[in-house]
Amino acid sequence: MSELDPKPDEVMTIAAARELVDGEVVLVGVGPPNAAANLARRLGAPNCVLIYESGAIGARPQRLPLSIGDDDLAAAAQDLVSVPEMFNYWIGGGRIDVGFLGASQIDAAGNINTTVIGDYDAPKVRLPGAGGAPEIAASAGRVIVMLRHSPRSFVAEVDFITSVGRELDGSEDGHGSVVITDLGILRPSHDDGQLELVALHPGVELDEVREATGWPLRVREGLETTEPVTERELSELRALRESADEG
Amino acid sequence: MRKAGKVQPLPEAVASLVEDGSFVALEGFTHLIPFAAGHELLRQGRQDLTLVRLTPDILFDQLIGLGRVERVIFSYGGNPGVGSLHRFRDAIENGWPRPIELREHSHAGLANAYVAGASHLPFGVLRGYAGTDLPKHNDDIAFIDCPFTGQRLSAVRAVNPDVAIIHAQQADRQGNVQLWGLSGVQKEAVLASKRAIVTVEEIVDELVAKPRAIVLPSWVLDAVCHVPNGSWPSYAADFSVRDNSFYEEWDPIARDRDRFKQWMEDNVLNATAPAGSPVPAR
Repeated sequence: MSELDPKPDEVMTIAAARELVDGEVVLVGVGPPNAAANLARRLGAPNCVLIYESGAIGARPQRLPLSIGDDDLAAAAQDLVSVPEMFNYWIGGGRIDVGFLGASQIDAAGNINTTVIGDYDAPKVRLPGAGGAPEIAASAGRVIVMLRHSPRSFVAEVDFITSVGRELDGSEDGHGSVVITDLGILRPSHDDGQLELVALHPGVELDEVREATGWPLRVREGLETTEPVTERELSELRALRESADEG
Repeated sequence: MRKAGKVQPLPEAVASLVEDGSFVALEGFTHLIPFAAGHELLRQGRQDLTLVRLTPDILFDQLIGLGRVERVIFSYGGNPGVGSLHRFRDAIENGWPRPIELREHSHAGLANAYVAGASHLPFGVLRGYAGTDLPKHNDDIAFIDCPFTGQRLSAVRAVNPDVAIIHAQQADRQGNVQLWGLSGVQKEAVLASKRAIVTVEEIVDELVAKPRAIVLPSWVLDAVCHVPNGSWPSYAADFSVRDNSFYEEWDPIARDRDRFKQWMEDNVLNATAPAGSPVPAR
């Protein structure tokens, strides 16, 4: 399979897409989760219900939307609701199975920062901020987080808690909350909910992950290797990305 | 009370309804962002504004980058799918061209602040914010106990702008407005504000009810202005699609202070029409 030569970001997106269980109701965040959720709908989870915080429920975009409010995802949605309704009835009301989020920083407790790097009042880098993430993280049945693995993103303490990590139910059946990176997969430990590495992507060394993690990395017993990317997964992902450019 | 003479040119509406130092909501969640009206604020030299929008988007990047903004109430300050708003970042990180004060929410928090504003309640209530660092930096967020269950909940101070500005697809000649597609918080923003300006794609003899539409009767509005393509590079469903290429092109323009100023001179300050051409609806 190595002749396929997927890029690390592609491996991350495909691994994240595989996490969705067919039929789940998914709140899709801006950026990388958007590609993964739409890929899942084209692969193993065609009956997932995609919800965008812009107000689209049951979105069926033909192309990969750039923003979460693109015309294409609104046009074919089952319903469009106002933003207050989206947050109060659908997200706050507990109708979301999976919150699919990106992050700039994450810590071992799963706290997410998308607000600032450095001090809030004099930030080194001002990031976009919360958007819908705090309530999505708090209200969804489980959370899938996608981000690139590096010492700058996997930090001992996040500079700002935008969304709170929490110990989540359901991890025992393998479908609990999960963090997918370009190096591997982390899940909350069954003991204390702290993130631990459960799988390495093919070709990634454990030491690479340790070096890219800003806290003493815990490794689950029986560390697995992610199933190699298939030709179909990669071609679907690349076609999806091209569809965005055509949009 | 009914107000007369709704349909009027945009420059007149802005001149009579928005002042320096006004508290202005410019709403539209990705869809129907009122760019043309925001640009008219710039051309008329409005300054020291307090602006509120869930998603500042390129429009606030432009207003902030030209130094017209004192305070921003918001919940997501990025260029969706592209990255940073560089003028917004420069103002916060470097105080250029002037520092701005932030009142930062989550979408749920700010949406409920508008709901409270439209309801003329002093605060909105939601589950959320617990454990996050947002309440530490925003005095408009507090915690309360439910009087019935004792549950700890979040309260957000109501948002009641001086003026709401939105873009819609249609108005009739009496100034009744209909908008459809993703409707964001526009209804709440209009009803929460003391005054309201709506720009529209077209003026028709009679509004024919559309599925999933919101109607804003003329008597809750102060001015209705015919501005085709008034949301470019955002879009108006059934009239145009989002100009995603421009959202990508904005990134290098906004990264550079001089290039940004030149672009604004050429396309906004010395222009009269919307800065770009509509991408036709599919």
